[in-house]
Amino acid sequence: MSRSLRFLPVAVVLILIAAFVWRLANPPDSTVPSRMVGRAVPAFQLADAVPTMPGFTSAELATGKPRLVNLFASWCVPCIAEAPVLKDLKRRGVAIDGIAIRDRPDDVAMFLQKNGNPFQRIGSDPTSRVQIALGTAGVPESFVVDGRGVIRHQHIGPIAPGEVPTILAELEKAR
Amino acid sequence: MTAEAGLAALWLAAALSLLGLVLSVLHYRGTLDADRSVRAVAIVHGALCLFAFAMLLVVFARTDLSVALVAENSHSAKPFIYKVAGAWGNHEGSMLLWVTVLGLSGAALAAFSRQLTSRTLVAALGAQAALALGFHGFLLFASNPFARLNPAAPEGRGLNPLLQDPGLAFHPPTLYLGYVGLSVAFSLAVGAMLTGQVDRILARAMRPWVLGAWIFLTLGITAGSYWAYYELGWGGWWFWDPVENASLMPWLAATALLHSVSVLAARNGLKAWTMMLAVIAFSMSMVGTFLVRSGILTSVHSFAVDPTRGAFLLLLLGIYVTAAFVLFAVRAGSLREGAPFEIVSREAGIVANNLILTVILGIVFIGTLYPLMVEAVAGEKLSVGAPYFNAVAGPLAIILGVLLTVGPLLSWRHESRPVLRKLRIPVFIAAIALAIAFFALPQASILSKLGLALAAGLLPAALIPLLRRNPFRAPLATWGMAIAHAGAAVAIAGMAADSAMTIERLTAAKPGERVEVGPWLVEFVGVTPAAGPNWTAIEAELRATRGGGVHVMKPQTRFFTDPPTETNEAAIDTVLCGQLYTVIGRPDEDGRWQLRLWWKPMVTLIWLGGALIALGGLFAFAGHARRAWRRRAMA
Amino acid sequence: MRAAILALAIAMAAPAFADSSLPPSYWANRQLPDERQEAKAQALMAELRCLVCQGQSIADSDAELAGDMRDLVRRRIAAGENPEQIRGWLVDRYGSWVSYRPTSEPSAWPLWGAPIVLIGLGGLLAMKRLKGRAR
Repeated sequence: MSRSLRFLPVAVVLILIAAFVWRLANPPDSTVPSRMVGRAVPAFQLADAVPTMPGFTSAELATGKPRLVNLFASWCVPCIAEAPVLKDLKRRGVAIDGIAIRDRPDDVAMFLQKNGNPFQRIGSDPTSRVQIALGTAGVPESFVVDGRGVIRHQHIGPIAPGEVPTILAELEKAR
Repeated sequence: MTAEAGLAALWLAAALSLLGLVLSVLHYRGTLDADRSVRAVAIVHGALCLFAFAMLLVVFARTDLSVALVAENSHSAKPFIYKVAGAWGNHEGSMLLWVTVLGLSGAALAAFSRQLTSRTLVAALGAQAALALGFHGFLLFASNPFARLNPAAPEGRGLNPLLQDPGLAFHPPTLYLGYVGLSVAFSLAVGAMLTGQVDRILARAMRPWVLGAWIFLTLGITAGSYWAYYELGWGGWWFWDPVENASLMPWLAATALLHSVSVLAARNGLKAWTMMLAVIAFSMSMVGTFLVRSGILTSVHSFAVDPTRGAFLLLLLGIYVTAAFVLFAVRAGSLREGAPFEIVSREAGIVANNLILTVILGIVFIGTLYPLMVEAVAGEKLSVGAPYFNAVAGPLAIILGVLLTVGPLLSWRHESRPVLRKLRIPVFIAAIALAIAFFALPQASILSKLGLALAAGLLPAALIPLLRRNPFRAPLATWGMAIAHAGAAVAIAGMAADSAMTIERLTAAKPGERVEVGPWLVEFVGVTPAAGPNWTAIEAELRATRGGGVHVMKPQTRFFTDPPTETNEAAIDTVLCGQLYTVIGRPDEDGRWQLRLWWKPMVTLIWLGGALIALGGLFAFAGHARRAWRRRAMA
Repeated sequence: MRAAILALAIAMAAPAFADSSLPPSYWANRQLPDERQEAKAQALMAELRCLVCQGQSIADSDAELAGDMRDLVRRRIAAGENPEQIRGWLVDRYGSWVSYRPTSEPSAWPLWGAPIVLIGLGGLLAMKRLKGRAR
């Protein structure tokens, strides 16, 4: 067996170990970043999630000013923790639209009653169709959409109070 | 006290492995004649490991909640057998089992090895001691199974209900006997490469270890596949999950090694291949251990994640595997090859066999680790799953199967007779099977049709070596080969049938409705609650009939409280030509229940084939053992 | 009486059930009436990764999102779309990660090339060995 061939396995082993070391230092994260960031919001039409608030269509997201779209659900526990942060953002003048994933009107109404309502419009997505179209896999998630209906930023998971400045900055950038 | 005794035994064992390593090095350099001492140390070391493991079993059997491991993984309400099996249903306990098998293998090598020169045997025992030392360190410093909890927990946290199954009692210990049994082949290879004694005597010493480990691996993987099939409720028997791949890779290497070591024993050939495969096989075992316990791959099989443990294991793995491969690279050049052979000969057939097995091994290896490499290098996430592995490994397996028909018929060194004529009947049968498959199963994939044809031809072809005046006078080893190859044909038939002929029905049914699945008519009678020792369940009653009697089947969805989980208990009815597999799902708003029904013709052949392969190995083992015993008796 | 026991059993089971209170989508657990379309749908579902699971396809998963994706796949196949288009649409949104069959993007080329390289390398080794052996 020739020299180079004999040392090939050693080389393979060393590369493998390097990859493992890298992986131990950078643990896998299970979040799925959406590929729609930087692209126009996919076309959709959402019915009202609750009778007291209007639903909306994708075209209605292009209002000329940046908006925040928040995917939530009444059965989602971290959404309860996020509610005060959304109220805070609303107080600061951010326009927020909600999409209720796999939810019933009564449950959404109860959720809004218990945790406050920071939304201007709430659409209902009972079969996760829009969630899939947006390239996301969990709740809660928030998207910054600019005035022309292009997605500019994705925030996976609940927005923590400490992350409010980042969201505001992204909204500014999207002007 | 029991736990402390176990821990003390582990410390002693670690010290002994260090002693064994030092003595071996001194013996190798010629400073000391430590042959007897090294053997004795290895035997005592094995005994101590066994004692420590026994203490762990006692502690679990008694549900001693002052031991942290028991508190985290057991529960006083668990049935006794699962209390004991729970000892190895977690990371620390299974690691102790791993080390125990390592110690016992070393002890057996020391006690029973007679033909090897003292220098080679001691070098091999030294390698084994070095392996043990590292893993003892891992156990004692990063995975202590005997750590105490003070104050003792009032109750244990229970065991994952998926593991409360007879499969758990059987699958891990069998697999570990396989994985860790390969450590002896590794150590023998390292020892022989150090002393230069790579010859027939080494091969004869290595073969029983390879064969034994391979038999257990075959059984362990077959059992694991069947366990996943009936436990997980999706009707699949192999998912190309990273951990499954981690168990397949040592098996592929061991199968190639098995054939290679025979060539070394019979013809003194394939020295470099055999040494390389022996190193690869156990290296794959160690990589598998690392993958499962470090949290770097997402899998339903993974143990709890801990990066520090992962780092420790990677360090051990890195040292052992790199050192062994460097040794190979340095010594392979000086291995003098044995008797030459022609292109048409049994040796050449085995070279082709090794080649294909190694390529399949390489593909599984690359496919499993590719997502990690791409993410490390390019930051991109991609998935490699069944479509890739089936598309690439499938055709190779078919080619291998075809070689299997011809290989055993070839003579050593040079085949001059027209061997292909003997295969006339098998080829004819295969051709007919292929034609039937094309007519009867138009929607099946080409691969599965070829698989069915191959199996039909391979089964008779495997039995040809037994066709002689008196088959019962054929050597046991030949029987072993025939049974194992026939088993391969049976398994391939099952796999191809599952892919080509399975019929699935999903419906949402109201009680009283009927569903057709293939030849079966299944009536959904209704749903009732049920309960067991530590679970409650919703149980459906199904009555299935095929024109004969009625088969009553009761699939369940079970709910456990400690820890809170929900599992699917499929109801499977096995008849002569296949299995009816039924699962009950969720109800929807109109009171309709989700039912999943499969009719899987010939699917049990998959595991029957696996068992036959292991049986063939056992016959071969017995044959070689008997011959060695006779040789010794006559000498 | 039986209904009451059933309701009790289901209520007890509630915490262990999946997250939302809505039942699975219509086509999540029903087969398409056309057998060929159903076969195409199932072949595709076996190759799409469940995004909230630890390594299962959407065909094998009980997760709700997996059910919704199965519903989406079946509806689109029933509407006449070709499986490759649907896969492409999903990859467009989630990246190659969602497809168990490596895509044809450049990042997957070494993967498809690997078997060829391995066979070539192995064949070369075997030829050398056999040539050296022959007399």
